[in-house]
Formats: sequence, structure tokens, C-alpha cells
Amino acid sequence: MIFNASGCLDALEAPEVARALDVFVTKTVTPQPREGNRPVRIAETEAGMLNSIGLENPGIEALLADKLPRLAELGVPLWVSVGGFAASDYGELCAALDDRPEVAAVELNLSCPNVEEAPESASEIVHAARRRTRKTLYAKLSPAATDLPDTARAVQAAGADGLSLVNTVRGLALDDKTLQPRLGSETGGYSGPGLKPIALAAVYQCYRATGMPIVGMGGISTGRDALEFLAAGATSIALGTILFTDPDAPGRVRRELAGELASRGLSTTEDATGLAHSPGPVSVA
Amino acid sequence: MRRRSRLRVVANEAVGPYALVRVERDDIEPGVPGQFFMLEAPGRLLPRPMSLCQAPTGELAFLLEAIGPGTQALAAVEPGEEIHVFGPLGNGFRLDVEKPLLVGGGIGVAPFPYVSEQLGGPPAILGFRSDWHAEAAALVPNAQVVVEPTLVTELLPQGHDVLACGPEPMLDAVRELVPHAQLAWEAPMACGYGACYGCSVEIDGVLQRLCVAGPVLEAA
Repeated sequence: MIFNASGCLDALEAPEVARALDVFVTKTVTPQPREGNRPVRIAETEAGMLNSIGLENPGIEALLADKLPRLAELGVPLWVSVGGFAASDYGELCAALDDRPEVAAVELNLSCPNVEEAPESASEIVHAARRRTRKTLYAKLSPAATDLPDTARAVQAAGADGLSLVNTVRGLALDDKTLQPRLGSETGGYSGPGLKPIALAAVYQCYRATGMPIVGMGGISTGRDALEFLAAGATSIALGTILFTDPDAPGRVRRELAGELASRGLSTTEDATGLAHSPGPVSVA
Repeated sequence: MRRRSRLRVVANEAVGPYALVRVERDDIEPGVPGQFFMLEAPGRLLPRPMSLCQAPTGELAFLLEAIGPGTQALAAVEPGEEIHVFGPLGNGFRLDVEKPLLVGGGIGVAPFPYVSEQLGGPPAILGFRSDWHAEAAALVPNAQVVVEPTLVTELLPQGHDVLACGPEPMLDAVRELVPHAQLAWEAPMACGYGACYGCSVEIDGVLQRLCVAGPVLEAA
């Protein structure tokens, strides 16, 4: 299954791109509307890009009243990404979404590098969310934690149904001439091809630690990349930065992945999940 | 309807310090003047937004200034190379105006050859930082050219429907003088179609995603 990474597609502006996905994940919604960070918000770097959008969103009320019904019309299963500044925020957002039939699952954004994090631990936030919703809950984690497998086990114990791996990691880019930060908010979240090995390691370790379903993401731009995430342990993959450069990426990656699977004699993505952990490698026929 | 296609470069000509890159149009529509396209910058991760400069039969032409790694890569493309082009994107100029006047500064001249063609060659005032840069004015008929330290706003007559494109200080000065001028703004963009939220610009204290709200905005 091919998702978009949260915050990397506006399905109402580009419905044709959203319809090419198996699941559309909303940009993170917070309890109150947020204008986001001041410009400059993006900077290309050597092997990726930085963003400092700062969770710009209309707030949960506007999402529920206006956006959700319109998103449901797309006919694509919807996941809502939620973010907050305390565990109670996550709990309230989950409660507000719980009785909305349009919402297939909730992704907890526990790791936006562009805003202040909630003071509670990831597992405390998952626990607070779990108490308020029956929806499927995925925890989106940062690869920056040194104890990522421990965190994954803790959110599993707190009631998460799956993991979204990974969010961006904090990065900095300086202007060539002035040597000042290029982004208005100085640092930003790093994404793109340079994130891929970091994301693959996170998926690999968390699959081994938890066995949970994982939406793998981080620098995926081809079917070959997608296959590697599946092999590392992902059950689905998400496209992020590649959607900026290639809006046709969902269909293209799907075709390329089908070719990659077929060339190895694999019939479904499920057959590929976790292959990197099994002793007998599956070679190209 | 916007599309993304891989198009062959037909020519890359110097116009003063600028590069006029022409590509085969294929199945891509030229759109409304002031709309833009995301052009693949060879070797770079992100494409670069460029407004359409000319729309000769079967071609799309873009005028660009090499100011960073992306535009340098684009300015170095050679005939026969292929690059991805995605567009047309955003909102262009409103052309139902009675007395148009085109006002451009520097590389902000880029959309005006196409605008001028569509409007039947209205008057234009174009400002540049040097005579060399001012060679680009030859692309726009009926243009009055000024070179720094003279500014375009010093020559701005009253009573026109102004369509402007240029650096932010120029746009700010134009909208001070001309209420309801149509202004084409610029911002770094990753996607060009509303996905990345990266191109927000702050105009009168309000943040707007330039790729979907603009790039042409009406001055208040």
C-alpha cells in the first residue's frame, strides 16, 4: 500500500494525486489553527531538503466541519495526523475524531522538528490517545532518538497499533554568501534521499523490536527504494519529498515496485515484508 | 490542465546576462500569462518555478537568471537534452483590462513577452540594473527602458491598469502608487502545486501559499 507522508500533499488542491494513493494522510492538525512559521520555509541541500512549515493547519474544528467531508469525497481511505503540545491535546484530538466514519486511522505526530514537543514521553501520549479513541492508532517517531527500539516497544505497550517511520530529522543550511541560516526559523526538518539510510535503519530495528505494522518512509523515490523499506520490515510505504518533484510518483512507484517484486518471484508486498531479516536472501531471478 | 512531461530542449540563447531556454511543447498547454511551470534543474533534487516567457508554436520558452545552483544548472542545459516540465500552475494575470501597462524589474521581465503578445503589445516600463541586463527589454515591444539609479516607479503614469513583476521592493513601491495593480510575486518553491506549504509569503501580515493563491495577486 502506498501512502503520502503527512504534510507532503494537499489532497484538495491535487485530488488526482491523492486518488493515485491507497491511503491519504492529512497534514497534521492541532487543537487550534496555526499560521505556521515565517518564510523562508524551504531550502534545498546537497542530498535533500529542509522544511520549516511549522504545522500550518486550520485547527481541528475547521478540519471536522469543512475539510473532512470534502476529503471523504475523494474516495480514498483517510488517516488524520494529529499533533499537540501536551498529551491531553492528543487525547482531545483523538476523541474529536473517534466518531467520524470518514477517518480510517489516526497518526500521532510525536516528532515534528519544527515545533516545541509535548513534555510527556511518546508512550504517555499514546496512552492518552488510546484512552480516547477506538480508531487504529499509528505513532510517528523521529529517527533521532538513540533508544528508538525502546521507544517503539513502549508505544506498543501503551496501545499503538502500528508505527510510522520516520519523521524528518533536524537540519541546518547556511547561506553561501552571508553564512546565516537560510530558513526563517533557522533549523528545519531534513528529508529526501539523504534520509533514506537513516529511515531504513529505523524500520529495520523497530520491526525486529516490535513486529508491529510499519508505514516506512524517508527518501523513497523509486520502486526499488520501496522494496528496500518492505524488506527492512515495513508493511506499507509513504511518499514524501518525491511528491514535490514528481506528482506522478504514486503510480510510477507502484509500477516499479510491481516489477521489482515480480523479478524476485514475489507476488505481493506482504511477501517482501521483513525479507532483510530472514537468512535466505531472495535474489533476482 | 497541468501535466508533467519530459521535454526536449530546442535552444538555449543568451539574452544579456539571462538565458532564454526553449523546449518542445509536446502535450503541455502554455496556460495564461503569469502562470508558471516547474522546470527540472538537472542534477538538483528540486525543480525550479519559472513563468512562461514566450509561447511560440510548438514550444515553450523560459527566461532565467543563474543566481544559484538550480538556475545555474538550468542555464547550462544544451539543445537535445531533456528536462521534466510540470504546469501550467498557479494563477496568471487577469487580461480583461482596459488600459494595460506592463511594469517589470530585472528578471521580472520574464512573463511580459507572453503577456504583451496576448494583450496586443501594450506599453511597458522596464527597469534594469545595467545596460547589459537591459538587453532583455528587446523581448518586449513598446517598452520604455530605465537603468539604475532610475527606478520604474519614477516614470509610472496614472490611469493605467498595471501588471507588474519584479523584486519585492519594486512591487511594494508599485502598489503604493497604483491601487489594484496586479502583482506577480516570487518565492522559493518545492512543488508548485500546494503540496509543500513552502512558498508562503507574508503580504500585509497575512501568509499566503503563493503557488495556489498566486503568483499573481491583486494589490489591496
